[in-house]
Amino acid sequence: MSLTTIADGAVPQQNWLDKIGAGHFILGTALLLYPLLASDFFLTQIAGYSMIFGVLALSLMLLAGYGGMLSLAQITVAGIAAYAVAILGSNNSNVLGFGWPWWIAVPFAVAAAAVSSALIGWISVRTEGIYTLMITLAIATATFYFAQQNYAIFNGHSGYAGIHAPVFWGIDWRDPKPFYYLCLGLAMLSYAAVLYGSRSTFGMTLQAIRDNPRRMGALGYHVTAHKVFAWFLAGILAGLAGVLLVWFNGRVSPGTIGVDVAIDILIIAVIGGLRHPIGPFVGAIVVILMQTFAIDIVGAERFNTLIGLVFLAIVFVSPDGILGLWGRIKPHLAQESLRAGP
Amino acid sequence: MHRRTLLALALFTGLTAPSMALAADDAIKIGLLATFEGPFTVLGEDGERGAMTAIAETNGTVAGKKIEIVKGSSDASPDSAVRAARKLVEQDGVKVLVGPLSGDEGLAVKDYAKTKPDVTFINGTSAAQDTTLRNPAENFFRFSTDGAQWMAGLGTYAFKDKGYKKVATVAEDYSFPYTQVFGFMAEFCKAGGHVPSKSWVPIGNKDFSSVIAAIPEDVDAIYVALGGADAVNFLTQYQQAGGSAPLIGGSITVDQTVLTSKGKLRDVLKGTPSAGPTADTNDAPAWKAFVDAYKKQPGAFPSPSLFAHGYYVNMKATLLALDQIGGDVSDGGKKLREALSKLSFDTPTGKVSLDKNRNAVADIFLTEVTEGSDGNLLNKLVKVVPQVNQTLGIPEDEFMKLGAVNRDNPSCP
Repeated sequence: MSLTTIADGAVPQQNWLDKIGAGHFILGTALLLYPLLASDFFLTQIAGYSMIFGVLALSLMLLAGYGGMLSLAQITVAGIAAYAVAILGSNNSNVLGFGWPWWIAVPFAVAAAAVSSALIGWISVRTEGIYTLMITLAIATATFYFAQQNYAIFNGHSGYAGIHAPVFWGIDWRDPKPFYYLCLGLAMLSYAAVLYGSRSTFGMTLQAIRDNPRRMGALGYHVTAHKVFAWFLAGILAGLAGVLLVWFNGRVSPGTIGVDVAIDILIIAVIGGLRHPIGPFVGAIVVILMQTFAIDIVGAERFNTLIGLVFLAIVFVSPDGILGLWGRIKPHLAQESLRAGP
Repeated sequence: MHRRTLLALALFTGLTAPSMALAADDAIKIGLLATFEGPFTVLGEDGERGAMTAIAETNGTVAGKKIEIVKGSSDASPDSAVRAARKLVEQDGVKVLVGPLSGDEGLAVKDYAKTKPDVTFINGTSAAQDTTLRNPAENFFRFSTDGAQWMAGLGTYAFKDKGYKKVATVAEDYSFPYTQVFGFMAEFCKAGGHVPSKSWVPIGNKDFSSVIAAIPEDVDAIYVALGGADAVNFLTQYQQAGGSAPLIGGSITVDQTVLTSKGKLRDVLKGTPSAGPTADTNDAPAWKAFVDAYKKQPGAFPSPSLFAHGYYVNMKATLLALDQIGGDVSDGGKKLREALSKLSFDTPTGKVSLDKNRNAVADIFLTEVTEGSDGNLLNKLVKVVPQVNQTLGIPEDEFMKLGAVNRDNPSCP
């Protein structure tokens, strides 16, 4: 995406950037004003939750889209941050809970997530394609079962409950509107950071490594170090999303980091499209809406079938996800307007 | 350019939000939360049949208003239960919610209930002790009994009548089986029995070989508290491994969801003593009438499982209380909760009333698995333990001293 952008000539690039600016401005304003018309449920359970999962899928998109590394361990990294918040902060499960204030606990949690992510990356960068997928799946599964059976640190099947979002500046940040803006802030920041990062020297190098690691190695770039650093950055995003996730649920248990959730993240990224950082957010909205409302459409017995069919249909029609679908429809629309002319 | 897609979606999302205000005035919305996905799907579907039996009894109306059931699905994990409950309460706008099904879900929904004081929560079949005993929610009611109550009489029966002195336990690793083991051991240890080994397995475990190997050779019996597919897998593998110790069943181990499974398992299960809120060969006319009504539901088992029973009792209580107050929940459910706390009624399994923590006091049935005349395995009624309360007849302060239920408490090796 950004490669083609740079490849364009200098003059069209200016227009292109202007256009992006306008689009972002409209979208940003719409999202800022969204709380005026949405109910509390749509603010947190749909929009907030979608943005949390959007950021999680964005961390996967960063790895897969720019680095060519498909990971199933993003929810595990988020889970590490979530568990860290529960353990370092306070919970009501009578296990651990050091009671640190949030502004110490959260940076520690995110740092722990980023370092674990870098470790996972360090283990898996030597592999490619489906083998990376298998290694990260193994790590996700192992962490899930470890969390379920370890009582000293993870408190087993029931996990931690009674974790509260911080209250400061006189605002309870778990109230619907503040929490929505918290999620929106994180989503916008992550989106802008990834967009900016993809055009930075590091981003360009990473994409070049994705396309031809041997040539980049021959040119003198440290391929492994670049990849591991990408994992570290993805870990920061996933960690931040994990912190919001534990504030959102008020609890964390092995079910939060299960293999089904890991696959959900992959589905979100694939449904949305891996070519542009907006893809994961589009995917998250579609997936969360489906998972929430499918039961109202077809009843309790078959709603998972409907969800599966919709995803199948999207991928069948457009292997690039919803972004690719738009890319296909757009030329048709353009021609339509030509045909409509006299 | 892609942003336009998102914008359209965002607008669409915003536009759909106000549609929640469109509830019809002459209908009463009741949320029904059960496990329609995951390892407990079969149990959740039977719970739904039970709830629907109660609704069919009043022809789908209460206090002259039509009942509208909105279903929510969880996968037995606390996160999913709270998410489903939130959707029912905050999006569908239900003021009365019946559910959830399993132990940890109940604990999580109770915590959520505290943040929604205007909504009335009535349990499904979740049976962890601390859902109501410690730190209860004012608006959470349980007309089904808890897992420790379900074990009333079983420990004494196993020690005195069956003559088991040493028993190993195998149970799933979460709050409900902890509660069941607690209830069994409270009596068994008091009678003089010993439990040298306790095995806890994760829900959905497939390979039990290491668990089976860890069971001591010299035990007189094995107490098994596993549910659904887990019970079938363990019992099959235990038999294949040549195990021959007699079994003692937790309430959901020898439930109809397990007894209807095919294969050699049937021979192992015959003669297994157990206890729970229902007994298949109960002769009481009220129970027989309930079984007949239950069988009219699509896909019903030969005899209702305790999930069908639990959801039935809780839904029935909800409807009775709604009827008393004329179906009026416009006051934030205050009248409904008052009616519920005073409610005492006759269920198919005897009288049910609530204690001060809004937990049921009810009859418990001691049973033994036998083969019925039509070849189906049934829980034969051995004895009724009348009106068991949550502290199992022990004075409350003494009972609280036993400590919270967990994997290490109680202990009598």
